[in-house]
Amino acid sequence: MTENENFEPTIIGFTCNWCSYRAADLAGIARVKYPPNVRLVRLMCSGRLDPTFVMKAFAEGADGVMITGCHPGECHYLEQNYKALRRYLLLRRTLVAMGIEAERLHLAWASAAEGIQLAREITEMVERIRSLGPLNWHLNGDQVQITSDTTAELEVAA
Amino acid sequence: MKPKFAMYWASSCGGCEIAVLNTNEKILDVDANFDIAFWPVAMDAKYKDVEAMEDNSILLTLFNGGIRNDENEEIAKLLRQKSQILVAFGSCATEGCIPGLANLSPSQEVIETAFHTVSTENPDNIYPQANYEMPEGTIHIPTINSRVKTLVDVVPVDYFMPGCPPESHQISAVLDLVIAVVNGEAELPPKGAVIGVGDSTVCDECTRQRDVKKVTKFTRAHLVGALDPDLCLLEQGIPCNGPATRSGCDARCPTAGAQCIGCYGPAPGVIDYGARLISSFASVIDSNDPDEIERILDGIPDPAGQFYRFSLAGSLLKGAREAV
Amino acid sequence: MTKGNGGMPQEKIGVYVCHCGTNISAMVDVEDVAQWAADKLKHRGVVIARDYKFMCSSLGQELIEKDIKELGLTRVVVAACSPHLHEKTFRTACENAGLNPYLCELVSIREQVSWVHTDKVAATAKSKAVLSGGVERVLWHEPLEAMSVPIHPATLVVGGGIAGIQASLEIADAGHPVYLVERDPSIGGHMAQFDKTFPTLDCSACILTPKMVDAGVHPNITLMTWAEVENVDGYIGNFDVTVRQKARKVITDLCTGCGICVEKCPKKVLDDIYEAGLGYRKAVYTPFPQAVPNYPVMDLDNCIYFDTGKCKACEKFCPTEAIDFTQEDEIVEFEVGNIILATGYDLFDARKMSNYGYGRLKNVFSSLEFERMCNASGPTEGNIVLRDGVTTPKTVGIIHCVGSRDKNFNEYCSSICCMQSLKFAHVVDERTGAQVYNFYIDIRTPGKEYDEFYNRIVEEGTHFVRGKVAEVTNAARQPDEREKLIIQVEDTLIGKQRRIPVDMVILSAGLEPRHDAKDVAKLFGISCSADGWYIEKHPKLDPIATMTDGVYIAGCVQGPKDIPASVVQGAAAAARVLGKIQQGEMELEPIRASVIEEQCSGCRICNDLCPYNAILFHEETMVSEINAALCQGCGTCVAACPAGAITGTGFSNEQVLAQIEGLLMDVNI
Repeated sequence: MTENENFEPTIIGFTCNWCSYRAADLAGIARVKYPPNVRLVRLMCSGRLDPTFVMKAFAEGADGVMITGCHPGECHYLEQNYKALRRYLLLRRTLVAMGIEAERLHLAWASAAEGIQLAREITEMVERIRSLGPLNWHLNGDQVQITSDTTAELEVAA
Repeated sequence: MKPKFAMYWASSCGGCEIAVLNTNEKILDVDANFDIAFWPVAMDAKYKDVEAMEDNSILLTLFNGGIRNDENEEIAKLLRQKSQILVAFGSCATEGCIPGLANLSPSQEVIETAFHTVSTENPDNIYPQANYEMPEGTIHIPTINSRVKTLVDVVPVDYFMPGCPPESHQISAVLDLVIAVVNGEAELPPKGAVIGVGDSTVCDECTRQRDVKKVTKFTRAHLVGALDPDLCLLEQGIPCNGPATRSGCDARCPTAGAQCIGCYGPAPGVIDYGARLISSFASVIDSNDPDEIERILDGIPDPAGQFYRFSLAGSLLKGAREAV
Repeated sequence: MTKGNGGMPQEKIGVYVCHCGTNISAMVDVEDVAQWAADKLKHRGVVIARDYKFMCSSLGQELIEKDIKELGLTRVVVAACSPHLHEKTFRTACENAGLNPYLCELVSIREQVSWVHTDKVAATAKSKAVLSGGVERVLWHEPLEAMSVPIHPATLVVGGGIAGIQASLEIADAGHPVYLVERDPSIGGHMAQFDKTFPTLDCSACILTPKMVDAGVHPNITLMTWAEVENVDGYIGNFDVTVRQKARKVITDLCTGCGICVEKCPKKVLDDIYEAGLGYRKAVYTPFPQAVPNYPVMDLDNCIYFDTGKCKACEKFCPTEAIDFTQEDEIVEFEVGNIILATGYDLFDARKMSNYGYGRLKNVFSSLEFERMCNASGPTEGNIVLRDGVTTPKTVGIIHCVGSRDKNFNEYCSSICCMQSLKFAHVVDERTGAQVYNFYIDIRTPGKEYDEFYNRIVEEGTHFVRGKVAEVTNAARQPDEREKLIIQVEDTLIGKQRRIPVDMVILSAGLEPRHDAKDVAKLFGISCSADGWYIEKHPKLDPIATMTDGVYIAGCVQGPKDIPASVVQGAAAAARVLGKIQQGEMELEPIRASVIEEQCSGCRICNDLCPYNAILFHEETMVSEINAALCQGCGTCVAACPAGAITGTGFSNEQVLAQIEGLLMDVNI
């Protein structure tokens, strides 16, 4: 996809205060490099992730959304990341039904010690979205003319 | 002189008009208190008559229907200009409703479906065109928008009255209120308010018994042999939208054993109706195993339809990618 | 989410962009970011935007404080390092200048931008987006107040094993009341069943009994045995505890513990708990002679009177009329400020490894059976004999890691079995002179004097065979295997299959979480790992606390450990509790969820989502309520509420949605 070569995707990443946000901190401290296309939102827990936030991010022009949290069984709040998992699975189904590629919503687990892993997840996400191309949800279409093809056919028919 | 009243249907089914008529004798109060300036379904009128009116000369306009084409949008703007109080009346005007589901498909496909499917008798393959030359001159028919919009997408709206259609007793109450305001006996709610509704959700009016929720399957009512008549439908695996839906309908559907499908729109604290339902339904799935969760979710075969049946056009995403 | 009147926010926002020396400024054009904020975010309420070498320095903080006072700032956004580093610093600066500390937002352009990116243009652009997100977010911040709660001086200790006893004594000795609740009739736990303790081989009862007695008579300890915690409500400092005191059918105020009832009771019952099924007790019994308290309990399932309506021998002979057949369970309620859970472990049931023959081959013994057999007051009076009760074994095989380090059962190391097996080897050698074989995967002796103990056992002549035993069988193939148990094992040191005939096999079973650990965890609002051990707040830096404030864990409930480690944890938990009691009151973070009552329709979707049981449903009003002191602020219920009736301070929908808008402001033009 040559048109995507110069495309810089924008990705919103939701992080858990206790694990993935700290993993991002750790990536910084360790000077692990990853592309600047991701912008992080700190939540207290992946369980705080309201699908509304994801819808909002896409509606406002994000090309992809990452949800990150503690590994299963390691939630700071015991088991709330499982709620995030459940919501992610249903949300993904709904987004796919609305024509958004499943890859644009990505769930990744990262413990506070996994700065390198988080950076890798982000890098891979950016590449995935880059190859998918822009989503451009915020550029709402408006009036459409009935396409010239049909009209042309009609004129011939007429 | 009596204040002027208008009612208009844009992209809608006409059910809202019927609902107004269903207020029975209340309609006489409308006639007694208002001068009906413009109500195409009830009396003959021309757009140019409305254009000739003074700005803000209509006190109350009930606008039902979504904005599907440029005609809808033009009249919305016209009525906005002429009305003091513009009410988005019914689900279509407030959030797109069933016609808004067309936003799941590209408008071209919508047209194809209308004019070129097996059920359509169109042997000459004739498609509507915006402009057509006739001996009398060029005629113009409305141009379809790429997606259905809500009324507030195109003009400022004073009040929102959801429902597909709004319940007649709610319409009566709203009419009574406006009449009381006209007579100086009451005050209007703050601008932007949702009217003719309750403060909470359908569950608030539902009499079914509720417990903590642990959902192990989603299914459909007709597939269940015997539904418990007294127990919360969601607890029985029926994806009832009541928990996120505005109260105001007296929980008619769940009371009758059918799940709430959400015609009264989002509850007061809800920003995106579908997102809320996704979150709450998923939260109470009683499994932490991805495969099992997926199996349970297979019970909701059409998530976009389940969660956005009425609210798609008014949602954050407004429709499917192909349409927006 | 645009806030303000007609798009013009009323708030006055100060923006501060930190150079962090060159940590940020080398990769981000900080002057440009500050200038941009002053120009482009002016319409969002930014009245001043500065950049400074070190915002966190006292001069940097003074800059903020001065602007708050002189410019009347109502919001502050600092673009610097991670909030985990300096959020508190800048909040304090705001507070010093009279601004509520929660009206400050710190956005990270160091860890999340300058340190991880390599393109200065892109890093600067991202910094602007991140800052814009912070500005939009801070507009929705609310002033918050930390909640202060008093700490009740009493403590509940659940479980009367060595960890619980130690914790109780430490707190009671410091002068504070303790409720020690034990499910069994006596405190003492597993340690009371042991004969000797490794590596010193001192007698378990000799060192434990004095502590049990101390706990039993301590004026600050309310000892409740034969009792279970039924309910816990409340939060740190203020827990309401409900305990079910099971009916002993013995009036403890009258009972002197003379034991006549036990003596006269005609019903013998196999004791499969204390004596591990090797011995008998009566239907009215104290589990062991040194039991604390020494009041007996009545076993209703086996009492002849409760079965046939006749007998009452105990009642007839009791000199103090302390037997009461009509006694009912009693519900006891009290308040405590802190809770220590020391509920211990269950022993792995060796029957599950059918290839080792326990329960099928009569001379295969469990480690607990063997402990009892060694004990001078045990069923064999300390004689090591085969199941027939008389024959002394000439060869004994001890199998390590039974149920541990095994993917089919428990993957973890139970940590005590090596030392326990070595102890068994020593005892067998000492008392019978039998040949002893130890079958091990690895020898793990990482404690003080432990490896020395291992060397001692090696020197005593015990055989060590490295290999996981495949099977214990009685199917003889050779004449010397007849009438023996044959241990089939690959000796991995010589790379050969071996069949070793022995008279007796001891299975060194591992430790497992209590069978009801998950229920108990739920009761106290804490969590278990996938294995079932309780999860500590931090595996290294806070192994005593849990995620639930005011609930601590000690001993094997946190994971397998030996007696010294359990004692350490019991004492450590006590120290933590004493610290809290000393504090008198504590402040709770104001990041909390709450229910907007009018909008709640009582659908009960949130009710099962809170791991801290902070969500309460009122049946009368059909409304859910969140206990602010119990809420830990995760926000899961906020996200789940279908009606949008739950709000969460600090991370409200408005704050997050506004931040998303801000973060994407350059995309969504």
